Amino acid sequence: MSDLASIREIDAFAESLRKDFPILHRTVHDRPLVYLDSAASSQRPEAVIEAMDTYYRTYHSNIHRGAHTLGEEATAAYDGARTKIARFVNSPTPEQIVFTKNVTEALNLVAHSWGRANLGEGDRILLSTMEHHANIVPWFMVAEMTGATVEWVPISDDGVLDLDALARMLRGASVLACTAVSNVVGTLNPIADICAMARGEGVVSVVDAAQYTPHQVTDVVAIGADFLGFTGHKALGPTGVGVLWGRSDLLDSMPPFLGGGEMIEHVDYDGFSTAPVPAKFEAGTMPIAEVIGLGVAVDYLADVGMDRVRDHDVAILRYALAALTDAFGAKIRILGPLDPEQRSGLVSFELGDVHPHDISTILDQEGVAIRAGHHCAKPLHARFGVTASARASFQFYNTTAEVDQLVHALDIALELFGL
Amino acid sequence: MPQLDDLYKEVILDHYRRPRRRGTIDVPPATHARGYNPLCGDEIDMYVSVGDSGEIDAIAFEGKGCAISQASASMLTERVQGGTVADFGDAFDRFKAMLGLGDDDGPAFSTDEELGRQLGDAEALQAVREFPSRIKCATLAWNTLDQALAGRESFEET
Ligand SMILES: Cc1ncc(COP(=O)(O)O)c(C=O)c1O
Repeated sequence: MSDLASIREIDAFAESLRKDFPILHRTVHDRPLVYLDSAASSQRPEAVIEAMDTYYRTYHSNIHRGAHTLGEEATAAYDGARTKIARFVNSPTPEQIVFTKNVTEALNLVAHSWGRANLGEGDRILLSTMEHHANIVPWFMVAEMTGATVEWVPISDDGVLDLDALARMLRGASVLACTAVSNVVGTLNPIADICAMARGEGVVSVVDAAQYTPHQVTDVVAIGADFLGFTGHKALGPTGVGVLWGRSDLLDSMPPFLGGGEMIEHVDYDGFSTAPVPAKFEAGTMPIAEVIGLGVAVDYLADVGMDRVRDHDVAILRYALAALTDAFGAKIRILGPLDPEQRSGLVSFELGDVHPHDISTILDQEGVAIRAGHHCAKPLHARFGVTASARASFQFYNTTAEVDQLVHALDIALELFGL
Repeated sequence: MPQLDDLYKEVILDHYRRPRRRGTIDVPPATHARGYNPLCGDEIDMYVSVGDSGEIDAIAFEGKGCAISQASASMLTERVQGGTVADFGDAFDRFKAMLGLGDDDGPAFSTDEELGRQLGDAEALQAVREFPSRIKCATLAWNTLDQALAGRESFEET
């Protein structure tokens, strides 16, 4: 058990950090906001907002071009953010960090650049059944272009990836697209083991860490993936910026994804040659303010300590799973594994015959923000025979009192529906 | 402040739990349209069969979704069964106006009694107007029926 095990400790930890998040102090429908939708997008600390503000107010200019003071300051801040993020995910070099506009673009980059160059007729693409559409659709697109086929790695009834099936399927496959944490069932996959299995079969692994990076230490060396992506706005950073990390030899050998300014070394009447990585993949003017903001966000996370974030996560999950089952018993169906150690950050559920969309409207009246819908994971919902689910997701700034408020608001929903 | 009791009225929950005219009709003679709300995944399949003089002989729906979308579908089918296509058009205009979607939803607003006559049970969806993110749920079935009826016209034309 962690040192944050007691409720008082969970709450003291959350309270000590909440003051850094201005938005958490607003009200919704005259009630204090209870923000339980961080898996859709986290909130961001003052420091991130301030860093972007300072950039625009004092040194905004384009980067990597021209030799004036503002340009030099902006370039230093942009490149500095790359170094911070490299350190944050333990990347051997900063050049292996490629900025994109979100994780969706990072995964598309891999599918279109690596995939189109390396896949062909008869090649097999493996997707876990718990992928977000962002790690599904690009692969379908590339399969269509190259003649490769898509196969689904099954999961168990409690939302755990079937590793035996995976081992069989990996033989002779080309690429495995796998999320580190499911954004619906919350499963924390044994992602390092999965990547090792893929590596053993010579299969390229593409890890979606969108829900993973905000909640525990992301160590790309320990994970051992070939590619790993995450998205800024779920990790306390701004919208409009995502990160792709990749193995150097793969990034070096891949063709560019988007063409334009910044990504070339040379252009003439006959064609172009590409700049070295990462510039090769960063065409056009990048989201400079957002990259700088994300650099500050990962510094903030590192200061808080990702081990403590994980401890808080497990503790509040344990509290929430117990509170929901105690309050609603057979009326609630929780998706995914019931052991908080096997989960990360979120709880999706069905409550009686109250549709998730109705739950979300009712909760909103109580100031409680959750997500309802298919969460961009339709194949996964189909696996569980539901079209939609309600999802409460947590970050370290959430308290047990907020979980209690969730339970209270769900009670109101049941009452309204006469259940 | 909008009230939840007004949104989740008993009559709405009743239609949600015991939908009227749930099912399918053979196509043809019926026409069919599928409506989909990508935001929340609500789905409606609307089947309608229209007689020579424009009367709605039979109507049925299937679907999955929230209480508002499914109750609205059930209320709609109950309201338009036996009426005419033109009659549905009028009710649809009235329905949209009630939700604040019409061109003029201003002073000529009907009394509840009048609305009830025009819209049947669907009048109970009035409060949806106060919940902007839910208006699409309420209109889904109506738009889908509109499409199914438009399908009938093109079907007849060819
Ligand atoms: C697991 C997972 N992958 C990918 C995404 C897509 O993130 P973005 O929209 O920032 O690209 C999300 C969030 O929506 C997610 O939860």
